[in-house]
Amino acid sequence: MISEKKYTAVDDLGFYGEFGGAFVPELLRDNLEELSLNYNLLKEDEAFQNEFVSLLKHYVGRPSPLYLSQKLTNEYQCPIFLKREDLNHTGSHKINNAIGQILLAKKMGKTEIIAETGAGQHGVATATVCALMDMKCIVFMGEKDIERQAPNVQRMKYLGAEVVPATSGSKTLKDATNEAIRYWINHTNAYYLIGSVVGPHPYPAMVALFQSVISKEIKTQLKEQTGSENPTKIVACVGGGSNAAGAFFEYYDNEEVELIAVEAGGMGVDSGHTAATSAVGNPGVLHGSLTLLMQDEYGQVIEPYSISAGLDYPGIGPLHAHTIQVGRTKSISVTDDEALKAAKKLAVYEGIIPALESAHAIAALDKIDFSSNDVVVINLSGRGDKDMETYLNFE
Amino acid sequence: MNRFIKDKKQLSIFITAGFPTLDSTAAQILELQSKGIDFIEVGIPFSDPMADGVVIQESSSIALANGMNMDVLFDQLDSIKNQVQIPLVLMGYLNPVLQYGLEKFLKRCKDLKIASVILPDMSIEIYERFYKELFEKYEVSMTFLITPTTSNERIQKVVNASSKSFIYLVSQTSITGKKQALDSSLFERYSEIKQLCKGVPVMLGFGISTKEDVENAHLSCDGAIIGSAYIRSLMEKKDLIAELV
Ligand SMILES: Cc1ncc(COP(=O)(O)O)c(C=O)c1O
Repeated sequence: MISEKKYTAVDDLGFYGEFGGAFVPELLRDNLEELSLNYNLLKEDEAFQNEFVSLLKHYVGRPSPLYLSQKLTNEYQCPIFLKREDLNHTGSHKINNAIGQILLAKKMGKTEIIAETGAGQHGVATATVCALMDMKCIVFMGEKDIERQAPNVQRMKYLGAEVVPATSGSKTLKDATNEAIRYWINHTNAYYLIGSVVGPHPYPAMVALFQSVISKEIKTQLKEQTGSENPTKIVACVGGGSNAAGAFFEYYDNEEVELIAVEAGGMGVDSGHTAATSAVGNPGVLHGSLTLLMQDEYGQVIEPYSISAGLDYPGIGPLHAHTIQVGRTKSISVTDDEALKAAKKLAVYEGIIPALESAHAIAALDKIDFSSNDVVVINLSGRGDKDMETYLNFE
Repeated sequence: MNRFIKDKKQLSIFITAGFPTLDSTAAQILELQSKGIDFIEVGIPFSDPMADGVVIQESSSIALANGMNMDVLFDQLDSIKNQVQIPLVLMGYLNPVLQYGLEKFLKRCKDLKIASVILPDMSIEIYERFYKELFEKYEVSMTFLITPTTSNERIQKVVNASSKSFIYLVSQTSITGKKQALDSSLFERYSEIKQLCKGVPVMLGFGISTKEDVENAHLSCDGAIIGSAYIRSLMEKKDLIAELV
């Protein structure tokens, strides 16, 4: 399974082109080496693969459907498919990665799991797999996110996880990640289960691989339904970028398939209240990797803003930074209001309430030029139960 | 010449540039020098200090709110450069340095005779692959962190790259600012490490807060570095240095 691929391969220090690497204090070095060693052994291991695939099928409910939205198809005059990650157990794509990493943690003999979360979907996924595997679970979550994603906080606690508020900075995902890293330095026996394609090598490559099941399934399902495994465009929202990495993964080397990453514009890219990293950021180091980063002229991280807790992050994964820089992936942004309207549209059109994050991908349809030859897949990364309060307030 | 080699046990203080006030940095350096501190680490504040505990987090955010940045810091250091005799070390996270421009940063370090630079989130591997050449061009030395669990082989690699600086031995795997006394079960390992670092001074840092900690550090290492405890003493308006020297 070692990929010799053009875009998704990393070099010996964990770089995709100029982005990535492992920029961590020496205090975490032993941990990352232990992780890399075990990950490299297990990703080749057939028994591990079988266990992963079996849990995804019987526990998560994969494959998730690929659903042709007739009404979106009519509106945009080309077939528009929704990859239904919202139908996974726990309600988003985050569970795919959580299952992969918990199996790895178990093989490594770990008993304590820590995680950061923004929207709470990764926190819920982690709390879930910890319950399944009898592990202690601590989730760090920004104070602001604890408020705006309350249903997920309740779920985590009900599942037995401890939720620790992060009270520094903007009190969102970035700050939760800082706290998780600090806790990890102080408790090097804990396993840090990172929720997106961010962090020091090998996390970005590992999370992308565990999420690549999304694009593997799209290939099979699209072939069944259209006769070709290739769409012309794949659209996915990007916070750190794990659902996008998963949806794009098998298509990177097929340059005919256009890859569109949708970032959170917040109140608008030029408003000073945005999380559209690739639009306003430049190369910088945060949370262990060199990537695109929202920062001021002195390299201080700018507090991001988005209505969507899962996209409210000042960086993106190094794989995305690299593929955007070399022109393989196109990035666009969608504002809070556009996402809210798109969520309502999908609810009314199809009876599907998307997560606020995923609603950004739906809203992006209005910013893309389509021809009748297009075949489009939107990765519907999660469901909107957690966002009902926000949706109702907007009505 | 290695400016960190002395025939006495050393004491070093870490300060956050721009804390407690924007203009306090130069005066603090001169005062610490006059009180016999052997060298000073000047901390460049960063918005997201992932290896630091609450004290340095707070001093950093206050410093940034005060308006500290790389240009201001270099100008302040420039204003006292003829009065500073002890080695100054710049310590900070990599991102502000990269964003300032590594070459511009190193040029100013050279002009100001900065004795060494510590960038805890840059490993020796990344340094050697990407940045070493520029550091050598401007004759600025790097100081690397090791921990009690760092392998002997790796310590050797770090020693080989540190002939003009020192080895920063982190007392234990924890973020800065831990208040408990040094863990005596690690003292033997400190001595082993000291033996391995022939010719390069070893300074013990992280979690050193009392006179007793300093004395214990001096049993095996060449020096002790105090950070959070000093900053906490500023916050509480106490004179920690008087207790220590
Ligand atoms: C439903 C959903 N989609 C997307 C994201 C963004 O994460 P990523 O970019 O890693 O897919 C989140 C994060 O919380 C999420 O909950």
